[in-house]
Amino acid sequence: MLRQLRRGFTALLFPQRTDSDVDREIQHFVQQRARELEREGMSKEDAFRNATIEIGNVTTTREHVRSSGWEHGIDTLLGDVRYALRRLRRDPVFTIVTALTLAMGIGAATAIFSAVNPILFRALPYPGAERIVTITDRAQDGAPAEPTYGTFEELADRSRSFETLSATDAWRPSLTGTEEPERLEGLRVTASFFQTIGVLPAAGRNFDDAEDVTGAPRVAILSDRLAKRRFRDSAKVGTSIMLNGESYQVVGVMPPGFVDVMAPATDVWAPLQAQRRAPPASREWGHHYRIVGRLKAGVDVDAARRELASIASRPVAEFPRVVWADLGEGLLVRGLQEDVTAAARPALLAIVVAALALLLIACVNVANLLLARSARRRAEFALRAALGAGGRRLARQLLTESVILALIGGALGFLVANAGVGALVALSPAGWANAHVIRVDAAAFGFGVIVTTLVGLTVGLLPAVGASRADVRGGMQAVSRSVAGSRNAARGMLVVSEVALALVLLVGAGLLLRSLDKLFAVSPGIHPTQVLTMQVVDAAGRNRTDAERIAFYDQVVEAVRNIPGVTGAAVTSQLPLSGDLDGYGYSFAAFPDRQAGEDGAAMRYSVTPQYFQVMGIPLRRGRLLDARDNANAPQSFVISESLARRVFGEADPVGQNVRFGPDIDGSRPWGTVVGVVGDVKQESLASGNSAAFYVPASQWRWTDPVQSLVVRTSGDAAALTSAVKRAVWSVDRNKPITRVATMEQLIERTAVERRFASVIYATFAIAALLLAAVGLYGVISGRVAERTREIGIRSALGASRTDIVQGVLANGLMLTAAGVAIGIAGAFAASRLLETLLYGIARTDVATYASVIALLTGVAMLACWAPARRAAAVDPAITLRSD
Amino acid sequence: MDDQSTDVVPGTLDMLILKTLSLAPMHGFGIARRVEQISRDVFKVNPGSLLVALQRLERAGLLDAEWRETENGRRGRFYSLTRAGRKQLQVETAAWDRRVTAINRLLRAEG
Repeated sequence: MLRQLRRGFTALLFPQRTDSDVDREIQHFVQQRARELEREGMSKEDAFRNATIEIGNVTTTREHVRSSGWEHGIDTLLGDVRYALRRLRRDPVFTIVTALTLAMGIGAATAIFSAVNPILFRALPYPGAERIVTITDRAQDGAPAEPTYGTFEELADRSRSFETLSATDAWRPSLTGTEEPERLEGLRVTASFFQTIGVLPAAGRNFDDAEDVTGAPRVAILSDRLAKRRFRDSAKVGTSIMLNGESYQVVGVMPPGFVDVMAPATDVWAPLQAQRRAPPASREWGHHYRIVGRLKAGVDVDAARRELASIASRPVAEFPRVVWADLGEGLLVRGLQEDVTAAARPALLAIVVAALALLLIACVNVANLLLARSARRRAEFALRAALGAGGRRLARQLLTESVILALIGGALGFLVANAGVGALVALSPAGWANAHVIRVDAAAFGFGVIVTTLVGLTVGLLPAVGASRADVRGGMQAVSRSVAGSRNAARGMLVVSEVALALVLLVGAGLLLRSLDKLFAVSPGIHPTQVLTMQVVDAAGRNRTDAERIAFYDQVVEAVRNIPGVTGAAVTSQLPLSGDLDGYGYSFAAFPDRQAGEDGAAMRYSVTPQYFQVMGIPLRRGRLLDARDNANAPQSFVISESLARRVFGEADPVGQNVRFGPDIDGSRPWGTVVGVVGDVKQESLASGNSAAFYVPASQWRWTDPVQSLVVRTSGDAAALTSAVKRAVWSVDRNKPITRVATMEQLIERTAVERRFASVIYATFAIAALLLAAVGLYGVISGRVAERTREIGIRSALGASRTDIVQGVLANGLMLTAAGVAIGIAGAFAASRLLETLLYGIARTDVATYASVIALLTGVAMLACWAPARRAAAVDPAITLRSD
Repeated sequence: MDDQSTDVVPGTLDMLILKTLSLAPMHGFGIARRVEQISRDVFKVNPGSLLVALQRLERAGLLDAEWRETENGRRGRFYSLTRAGRKQLQVETAAWDRRVTAINRLLRAEG
């Protein structure tokens, strides 16, 4: 074995030495034989000649000896590789275009699959994650609604499907007592929560049931990153931290890298300590919880779904339900994976389809390029076959070329994929679960390389098979017409499919981009430029009075207003387009028989008077809120235009009496509408409900502990961030500031998923357009080259240059038209995937289709232009003489 | 050279080489001669095939090779059997015997 290798390498590294060994041995052989013959009586010359004849051709023998070792295979391979590289270098346009096509297809597909795989399909990082389900309530209209604690209590008692069932409630405590106050993302959870998701604290212990009752001592579990970031290593289990002005004992720290996929930003957990069998008016019956359960072994999601449906439809006296959580619409039971990816799914699936389409186009293009190349090389193959190269030898040569191309394309593709993944992570909407784990996926990369290579190999091998069978003479003489014809038809079909696929992508991109245009053309109802916003948290203990809180925010507004460059400041309980959502029912005195809140809820904005000026909300009727509307004055409301129209039609609502929110129980006197202002988008630009009540902060029933500061500036809003923060902290050093953003950034963020999909579609569509153009150019060039003679004859017979150019263009146009026709059908079907991402535009939008078709046809004509010019430049004399 | 001579029976050249070398180390020409002599010129060894076979056997570790002076003062490549070669010869001889016996039995079978 060793000897085999050693001799093999010697032969590879020192071919001369091995050859001379063989030569000398052959020489020796001949000499011996000659001496023998001499002894038998031949003359010296005759003997030598006979001996030489007997041993045969020295070169053949040497070759024979040489080809017997294993190194011969490598030698041939190296020869093939050298030859292939030489061929590829000699045809740089082909090589570059093919390699780039491969790189584009492989790179894009890999990047997309790398991104989508962990988000949509990779198992969540919890043991037995497939057994974790979430339970969601349904509102009257069947839409998912967050469940109440009351529902959880009933299910936890009655259901038999779960090992553990837990409820969680969002919690955003302020961390104080350290160098900078900070608002944390937290979660209040029932004691079994960590058992349910299957990950326990790495240090310390889990919560126990005794800690999850009202009045129990306050304990907390921290995330590893919070422990490291805020406490270095001092947050040992057992120390205390100050949250919302209360002391919490740290009983555990989660393992490094642990992420709660339902709330990825969560850094602190504390027991829920909910009130058992709470009365209807309590917090426990509010729709703001989440229920997550771990199924018992052997119970599948469907079984759990059936059990919960039967519980929902059969109330028992032991668990009285409230009207707004009577489970009349049943419960929504989903796997955890499905639940957390629900938001990202439409965009991601659309993108996956786009990536597949691009990969397919790349494959088609590579096939096309290789076919064109093999047509050009027919003579070469015929010649090599004539010189004795066997079919297998030719196939092997082609295989080597294809593999080398695939390797180059794959290497470039890897670079593209890497850059693409980076771009995707940067682009991906914040809050997509798992986005932080995206990296180039080896399996996806391998898949891309294999698919494109297989296509290359299959297509690349066709000419070799043809060449080994083909009539050698025919191939060398001229390209036989019929064979060229069938190959042309194949290439034509490939180009048609490329054009069709490109059209599908272009239509998708067009629809998405037009949706974005339409969306950003929607007025948010405010004047968003030069407005800086941030949340200021009044983190103080429970004894803080509303008056103190109002005084604090007034001081903050005053301090901020004094900053040079600030033209106005106000605070509001909820900020438009920020994710805040706080709505209540209302009842107007003019319509006493209407049930409170029957025609839907309206947003509540508790604001300080300057809010309208700072946000640029226009007054339509009556007056704005002002200093008159203080805590001692009668309740005043400003309502939005759409609410006014909804309730009063064209009549004037100013002066009307109304009760809003908790006041509809009639415990307080009527308030009065004093003015009407323009509509403001609260949830997103795309969603319509803009019914709103603006109330003076001092007149509302409570004062929110978290309010948004809005600041209008004369210059760049973001530049004033630190000055505004300093002003806030000059009032009280202990108040956390969060969610700092300009109003423009907030608007941008509401469309981030659409933008994400649009950018990717646009990129892919441009790539597809380029590939289709290259394919078309290749086919038309090939046809012109093959028809040179015919064109020469035609121009000799009097065809004008225009005729010839037109002929070529018509040829290209026909292919394009066929592709467009198929593409329209495809785009129509594929656009269904995009439907949820579109806004203000039908998926059959004629204008989009028309402009895309125009663009595609234009580019196609450009691609045909160069070969058409070449055809027109054919000199009839030369062509005719050449045969 | 008489007309009765044929190429060696396909597949047996290796065995014949090994057998020849088991008697004494030899160079390529010597091996060819010896095979022809011992077979009374029934077999004729093709020099090309012989050199390829020698190369292969040496690679496989069944033969050793070295350049040495020949009896008439020239340099020749002498081959000798290794231990593995000796063992291989036994194996091949046994296999050959079995096959020959079987073939003979078939050829002589009556009725």
